[in-house]
Amino acid sequence: MTPVLELAGIGKRYGSVQALDGADFVLAPGEIHALLGENGAGKSTLMQIAFGLVMPDSGTIRIRGETVRLAGPRDAKARGLGMVHQHFTSVPAMTVRENLWLAAGQVRHPVGSPPASASTSDRLDRTRARLWQGLDPAVRAEDLGVGGKQRLEILQALATDASVLLLDEPTGLLTHEESTELLQLLREFADQGGAVVLITHKLAEALAVADRVTVLRRGEVVWSGAVAEQTASTLAAAMLGSGAGLEERSEVSAQTGDIVVQVSGVAVRAGEIVGVAAVEGNGEWELLRRIAGVVPRAAADVVMPPVAFIPGDRTTEGLIPGFSLTENLVLGQLGRWTRRGWIDWRGAAERTEYLLGAHDVRAPGADVPARTLSGGNQQKLILARALDLAPRVVVAENPTRGLDFQAAAAVHARLRSAAAEGAGVLVYSTDLDEVLELASRIVVVHRGVVLPVPEATTREQLGRLMLEGAG
Amino acid sequence: MRYLRPLLVPIAAVLAGLLLLMLGLAVLGYDAPLALGALWRGAFGSWYAFGSATLVRAVPLILIGLGLAVAFRAGGLNIGAEGQFTVGAVGATWMAMQVGGWPGPVAIVAVALTGCLAGVIWIAVPIWLRLRFGVLEVISTLLLNFVAEAVVSFMVHGPLQEASRIYPQSDPIPAAARLPVLPGSRLHLGLLVVLVLGLIFWILFTRSAWGFRLRAVGESPRASWVSGRIDAPRVLALALAISGGLAGLAGAFEVSGVTYALYANLSPGYGFTAIAVALIARLHPLGVIVAGLGFGALEAGAAGMQREAGVPAVAVYVVQAVIIVVALLSVSRARLLRADAGG
Repeated sequence: MTPVLELAGIGKRYGSVQALDGADFVLAPGEIHALLGENGAGKSTLMQIAFGLVMPDSGTIRIRGETVRLAGPRDAKARGLGMVHQHFTSVPAMTVRENLWLAAGQVRHPVGSPPASASTSDRLDRTRARLWQGLDPAVRAEDLGVGGKQRLEILQALATDASVLLLDEPTGLLTHEESTELLQLLREFADQGGAVVLITHKLAEALAVADRVTVLRRGEVVWSGAVAEQTASTLAAAMLGSGAGLEERSEVSAQTGDIVVQVSGVAVRAGEIVGVAAVEGNGEWELLRRIAGVVPRAAADVVMPPVAFIPGDRTTEGLIPGFSLTENLVLGQLGRWTRRGWIDWRGAAERTEYLLGAHDVRAPGADVPARTLSGGNQQKLILARALDLAPRVVVAENPTRGLDFQAAAAVHARLRSAAAEGAGVLVYSTDLDEVLELASRIVVVHRGVVLPVPEATTREQLGRLMLEGAG
Repeated sequence: MRYLRPLLVPIAAVLAGLLLLMLGLAVLGYDAPLALGALWRGAFGSWYAFGSATLVRAVPLILIGLGLAVAFRAGGLNIGAEGQFTVGAVGATWMAMQVGGWPGPVAIVAVALTGCLAGVIWIAVPIWLRLRFGVLEVISTLLLNFVAEAVVSFMVHGPLQEASRIYPQSDPIPAAARLPVLPGSRLHLGLLVVLVLGLIFWILFTRSAWGFRLRAVGESPRASWVSGRIDAPRVLALALAISGGLAGLAGAFEVSGVTYALYANLSPGYGFTAIAVALIARLHPLGVIVAGLGFGALEAGAAGMQREAGVPAVAVYVVQAVIIVVALLSVSRARLLRADAGG
């Protein structure tokens, strides 16, 4: 049987990040194919390439055996592909009917109302009829519930009579009942001759509904095959890699001291690096920011000042790109350079120059705008600024995202030396390897609950903990 | 050369505007050289033209422009300076009527502060709407301009109307409430206040922590909070309040320094022209002074052009519009280049 969709050797690079590296993917008719992987593994990018939204740097796309070059989503739609994106794409102020007409590219198109008969033998119409249940064509999209919005998204994807559906994390916002119903519907759609790609990081979902699974890790396909003989453990191992586990890590020699952080189950001592492992969206973000003091703390939280925070997004949170390096230093150390309401610009400029040298930040001078620096040098500047205040607590979010190897190694070295100098360091990264490499101790955050990780936990057990919690 | 560069765009803009005006006049059959000469004489031709026409018009433009520079720097788009100016004039007139017997300086300060306060109150509503409900101040401040117009109209037909009840205007304000003028001219003390304020804001912008927070919030409220723990809403609220207060003060100066009475349409659009003044100055306080003088000269010259050459004064708005467009184009081009480089 000819595959309906075949991606061969797809490569895609964003700046210094290799998002996809020779990824292969084959979708057979009648199947649900789960695409698994951690955040940033390249799942969405791969499907965006299949849908013509992103141009691959290399590789070929074949649809029903025919090699195609997709100039845009329009080409993909014309060949029977439909995509449901991670975020809602319906126009809030437009009605359900108008949104569907928009998707079909034609006003008064029949997709604007439910199919006449739900008992039709036509696959598309049966799926549509079920999706329409409880939807009113005249209701505005913004007035729909989350489940209704998600069904509208799928109807939009089907508006061009798609037989291949690509769904990017479609159950993320749904309740358990809603997602069960949605998955059932996809099952029927596939059974009647359609084909479905389900991007997810929920193992249970893949195991329950998919026929085959492809696992991506750092842009490469690490495993692909039938789901039947797989268990949550084997899939977790594939997703998270089979590198060093906790028990094999080289011992970080740290003399730990007093507790400097005590926030909802996370305790950090001076001199240690605690790694936070979590699948993105499990409350780790809120936890880190609470410790950093960026979001309000609870009364019982204990965090010893000064706290340094390395935000995950350098250019929207860590720096002001249009400000000079000196101004960015002052931004993070406003109190230090302010005397009775006036800023000591000369002192700040001298300090900036000094830090550029001490932290090996490659910049033509302290007065150039921060946006002219490379990502690695921006991150080094942020670290230099934060550590310059001799913090007792350092909180770092994805500290090396998008950095090349050398810059990442420099950032790691700085975090280690901060701990060696007596700071309590908390590191979260979407890259589990980074957490394992840096941390002397790990905690897992799952659905907002902090779970301690015993010393002798294997990597596999850790993965299970991250994906499924303690229960 | 490095210091001249910022001047390049404004000069080019003015030249482009004048060139277009000349073309337009020639096409429509006016005596273009005569008209331009009249424009010049109306603005700079004599001490009277410069001191009593150009400078008097520049005062409100600079004052409002300084406030708008503060607001815009913090990312607050106050489009309602015209309304804040108007209620400032109303408040100042009311106060002026109460201070007849007070000693001079006290009366003058009371009148000015009342105008200032009225402007702050007028923008307090948009500030509250923005912080509480996220209503964009662009819309709320703009809409309040119309309300302010209604308020002044009500006042000059009602509570503040002259005792004889003939014209829709107030009685002249008492001498104690009037700003001192330079003998032999109409130039009032407001100019000095404005120039000092410009210097103060310049120093605050570049040297003070307050000015730094203002710029940081204007560039990125998010980074200001995450990296600098700067309370962006508070900084924005204060910046908007300052812009409202200075526009109100400008309204007070107009009554106590120029017209000595309140009537409708007191402002020939100062609140809107000042937006252009602030933008062309690239929100630099000293630049606002220069741009305010330039636009004041254009306004003054327009009157001269109408008197001498019979060219409708509105023709000068074309020049102003061209200057604004050229200046904005150059700014957006710089932004685009920056986006390219940063992308």
